[in-house]
Amino acid sequence: MFGDYSIGDLGSIFVMQGFAGLILFSVYVLMALGLAIIFGQMGVINMAHGEFMILGAYVTWLTSNAFQHYLPSLFPGYFFLAMALAFLAAGALGMLVEWVLIRHLYKRPLDTLLATWGLSLMLQQAYRSIFGAREVGVELPQWMLGSLKVTDSIEVPINGIFVISLTILITIVVAYVLYMSRWGRQVRAVVQNRVMAGAVGINTEKVDRYTFGLGCGIAGVAGSAFTMIGSTGPTSGQLYIVDTFLVVVFGGAASLLGTIASAFSISQTQSTLEFFMSGSMAKVLTLLAVVGILMLRPQGLFALKVRK
Amino acid sequence: MSDETKQGLQSPFRRKLLMGMAALPALTMLPRPSFGAGPATSAVNTTGLAVTDTEVTVGILHSATGTMAISETGSIEAEKLAIEQINAMGGVLGRKIKFIQEDGASDWPTFAEKAKKLLVNDKVASIMGCWTSASRKAVLPVVEQYNGMLYYPTFYEGLEQSKNVIYTGQEATQQILAGLNWIAKEKGAKTFFFIGSDYIWPRTSNKIARKHVENVLKGKVVGEEYYALGSTQFNSVINKIKLTKPDVIFTDVVGGSNVAFYKQLKAAGVDLSKQALLTISVTEDEIDGIGGENIAGAYACMKYFQSLDNPNNKAFVPAFQKMWGEKTVIGDVTQAAYLGPWLWKLTCEKAQSFDVDKIAAASPGVEFKGAPEGYVRIHENHHLWSKTRVGRAKLDGQFELIFETADLVEPDPFPKGYQ
Repeated sequence: MFGDYSIGDLGSIFVMQGFAGLILFSVYVLMALGLAIIFGQMGVINMAHGEFMILGAYVTWLTSNAFQHYLPSLFPGYFFLAMALAFLAAGALGMLVEWVLIRHLYKRPLDTLLATWGLSLMLQQAYRSIFGAREVGVELPQWMLGSLKVTDSIEVPINGIFVISLTILITIVVAYVLYMSRWGRQVRAVVQNRVMAGAVGINTEKVDRYTFGLGCGIAGVAGSAFTMIGSTGPTSGQLYIVDTFLVVVFGGAASLLGTIASAFSISQTQSTLEFFMSGSMAKVLTLLAVVGILMLRPQGLFALKVRK
Repeated sequence: MSDETKQGLQSPFRRKLLMGMAALPALTMLPRPSFGAGPATSAVNTTGLAVTDTEVTVGILHSATGTMAISETGSIEAEKLAIEQINAMGGVLGRKIKFIQEDGASDWPTFAEKAKKLLVNDKVASIMGCWTSASRKAVLPVVEQYNGMLYYPTFYEGLEQSKNVIYTGQEATQQILAGLNWIAKEKGAKTFFFIGSDYIWPRTSNKIARKHVENVLKGKVVGEEYYALGSTQFNSVINKIKLTKPDVIFTDVVGGSNVAFYKQLKAAGVDLSKQALLTISVTEDEIDGIGGENIAGAYACMKYFQSLDNPNNKAFVPAFQKMWGEKTVIGDVTQAAYLGPWLWKLTCEKAQSFDVDKIAAASPGVEFKGAPEGYVRIHENHHLWSKTRVGRAKLDGQFELIFETADLVEPDPFPKGYQ
């Protein structure tokens, strides 16, 4: 397939393909971060993760409409406000869900799977009733569209750069919060031993609620960012949920570094394979590789050393 | 389907019935103030359907919930509008149409179950329903076993024909060939890149398109790619498109993937005003989600666009928007769904009966002059004769009509040389 092309052409295609891989990597990390906190740190299997993302997307859509109507002059910058609102909305819903539903199920982690799956169905129908069954189109400010021309043949999508920067920023914040702050220590203490953590004076209920809220809030930001690359409809969240779990489980549930490493290896494998074969085959081979590795290392790529 | 079925449709009654057709349009124009003035129930209903002296019951079977609700909502709305309009004109054979709506819930076994319920319990005279090929394939054995009548609205891959189904959308050759001919002539296109979602309809359509490009247009397919349903990452294939520099990108990506594909195409700097793109899967409904600014300039090959300039459509669009909201858009399938109740009504009146066997036999030759897409007629193979059109997507999410075939295109669900 390379016979007809000049070295220059090939070079620029490889650069762009590398960039495509990086975008996919960022998308995976962004999708998986919220779940890594909820599933990894709290052990809750949150099947409604995709619906929290879509809540963020709908908030973005509402914000964009509001700006077009009331503040058209500030429209170019609305996206930043939309992301903040998406974080707050998804986080608030997350805390509510934790209080109503999840906190009764900490001792029965498998039941959270069923409960949150039911929750995802309810949320989907709620979106359908409120926003209609059809997909909505989120209008983006002009500066976020199009691509940067680096050379004549290398073009880099602007929304890709945006997603990559956002992912780096959020990862740093999450890593700081979980591993450096006092609150992060409390989260980890609660996860390791709930009773003991309570005994030393940590308000475990509050920690649980904020952790779940943080995870859902990040899902909301991810959903908001994905309005740039994907669809916004009542069931769009379902598009992401499988990949999200794949990344988190493959990385080793309790490890942030594992999530990042797993997102990197899956995305690079997939985007490289996609270039040499069709999309469906690339997906099949990627999944086969993941299954194979998980059979050899059931705990995932990175796992905390636990004394059994 | 076998030749047996085809022959079954060409009953000896056909010629006689065709002759009776001329009087029909006039008949439908007559206003009828009250119901119950039609022929006796015992005469029009010999098979125990849900028909009374004043009412006839039909079924609507689409997904109002689940992932397909995005697409099927428009069809439900169109069918309800058609039924309301028919009732306002005096109904069918003097009877008011009553409908029972069932939800297929985007789940194929549920579709089959609900179809059975409609036919066995409710005894509906016909079913307007199904959207995806998978749901139709699930319902087909049911309507054949219990002898029901299904009006199916979606453009689909062909390779099917049944006494119990009327296909009001286009089959693949009808939709694709004229569009490919046009773009090959207009743009001098020689090289094509195919990209589709990975299931039966895009694969069959692309197979037909490939044969046509290679054998008839003497062009070359430089790439053919499929992505799993629901894929949201297309950067790799976009790079391949940039590498192969095709004259035309030919797409049949569906659902949420569509949105991702066009957004990423735009972000990657592919300018659709310079790069020709022909899609057979994007209607006004999809553009709502994609955003007009992301797809403006692309060509779509369909039989109907909301912007069509004809008297029927000028009455249809405001009526639809009055009933379902000012901003509601109408795509190809929505219009095809609107045809279902009308074709059924016209066929009942031609057959002077609600009996399914008589409807099936009377269907070929039934013509609907009030169709928003213009004139349509049912073929012996239970598909519609219809025109094929190419539209160009505009920023406001509507299509500008660029080309239409001069004559109606014959439906050919089992195309020779394309299989």
